[in-house]
Amino acid sequence: MNAGFARKETYIRRVLAGIAGCSLLFLALIMLFLFMEGLPVFKSLAPLDFFFGMGWYPTLEPPEFGIFPLIAGSVAVTLVSGVLAILLGVMTAVWLTEIAPSPVRRICKPLIELLAALPSVVVGFFGMVVIAPLLQEYLDVDTGLNLFNAGLMLAFMSVPIVCSVAEDALYAVPVTLREASLALGATRWETTIRVVVPAAFSGIGTACMLGMSRSIGETMVVLMVAGGAGILPASIFDPVRPMPAAIAAEMAEAPFRGEHYHALFAIGMVLFLFTLLFNTIAQRIAEKNRQSPD
Amino acid sequence: MRRLLFALLLFVVAGISFAPAATAAEEIVITGSTTVLPVMQKAGEAFMAANPNISLAISGGGSGNGVKALNEGLCHIAMSPRDIKSSEVAQGKANGVNPVRTAVAVDALVPVVHPENPVKALSTAQLRDMYAGKIVNWKEVGGADGKIVLVSRDTSSGTFETWETMIMNREKISPAALLQASNGAVVQSVAKNKRAIGYIGFGYLNNSIKKLDVDGIAATPATALAGQWPIARELYLFTNGEPAGAVKKLVTYLLDPQKGQKAVAETGYIPLLRK
Repeated sequence: MNAGFARKETYIRRVLAGIAGCSLLFLALIMLFLFMEGLPVFKSLAPLDFFFGMGWYPTLEPPEFGIFPLIAGSVAVTLVSGVLAILLGVMTAVWLTEIAPSPVRRICKPLIELLAALPSVVVGFFGMVVIAPLLQEYLDVDTGLNLFNAGLMLAFMSVPIVCSVAEDALYAVPVTLREASLALGATRWETTIRVVVPAAFSGIGTACMLGMSRSIGETMVVLMVAGGAGILPASIFDPVRPMPAAIAAEMAEAPFRGEHYHALFAIGMVLFLFTLLFNTIAQRIAEKNRQSPD
Repeated sequence: MRRLLFALLLFVVAGISFAPAATAAEEIVITGSTTVLPVMQKAGEAFMAANPNISLAISGGGSGNGVKALNEGLCHIAMSPRDIKSSEVAQGKANGVNPVRTAVAVDALVPVVHPENPVKALSTAQLRDMYAGKIVNWKEVGGADGKIVLVSRDTSSGTFETWETMIMNREKISPAALLQASNGAVVQSVAKNKRAIGYIGFGYLNNSIKKLDVDGIAATPATALAGQWPIARELYLFTNGEPAGAVKKLVTYLLDPQKGQKAVAETGYIPLLRK
């Protein structure tokens, strides 16, 4: 009986290890495929021309594959959405943990997390049909489909993540810290800003990084509202063409295993490296957080 | 547990063995350009009603994808508003596919602006200079003072290709142009922006936007068919070899002036007059 139980245990352990191994293997294979399809573009193109070229004319004869405006577009959109999402998300999190009464918090937090369930195409449509005309009318910009609009829509999508993770971090700050601060005569505001937020700083940092990595990879929203112009944005109201939008819009028409196809995969590689960077930073911050003594 | 697994297995096996029964009727798989898609959908419905034993599987995805699918034997008909490229013919030959072209309708591209824009007509040269970024203010072409916002289709779309060959004449489209992923998105962004100009297929014209005359010619079905309209093109179906069997039935149906060509007109394209 006991021996049979042990055998069963080993069996289950092996199956689970196998499943975990499979998902890792699939991820590794996807990465391998990405690099196998992306790297061939450098056979006919100098990396410098690819990364720092200013013109993206993939169907012209001869074609131009300069992705610098696309990288700039992605970075700009991520920065704008990052600033908005971090401001909104972190402040909401502070309000939820420090100010809101407990019942309000219990209701509000799941509601904010529900925002994350909003399909990105719906957010994109909202930006295109509602926000863009508003921007044109009230700010008199040339086009409402621009960097700011895309950043705003992306901020909507990453606020739930930023807020939820930051809220968890703030909530985990021990009550003793707050009590000690208040006992020393600090006001509630001083306690929040000088004690609680710094104590949760690494958790908040993780929240910001996760939010930004969500923004840089998001496709549908930037495809619909960023405007799609491959230029370096000179103002926050200029249209841009972020990398995911270029891939989504062009992949369907790119001739299989042609130069354009490989170039789009190479953009995918760049995008992957960016997201990897953000996630690594997030993890580093989170690890530091875990090791800090309470 | 074991019994449950057995039941599940039985269910799967039954599903597999009964699946082909559902598709006993002949199926024609059609894919390709979203420009040709509305015609095919409209005519396809009536065709299936008239021929209940033939079913059509119609999808978009772009001309390039359609031709690719035809070359790989994944579809029977590829829809495309442009002629097949020599590289695509070669790719087909390698797979033993011989793409044959059949024209089914004429599509005219129309430059469109916001209804409140005072500009009524432009020349092809003006259109080219605008899209090349040489004319940047509406004042220069008789409009109100304001920056011209160019709206274009994605560089890989058939519509963009036609515009590039028929209007741009080897000049680069300004990188500042807003690239939109569909005709509908172009209509949407022009209708919402007083300074915008875009170009779309005839089938997508509606009251939310205003069409422009080009080179003194009005965009009407008559001028496009007569070959006067400067930005018109034929819409093609590509088949592997001459259409035969069910596919031939469908093509004949599409070219019938009383049936398929009526659907062409109803979709907003221009019915083809067979010479």
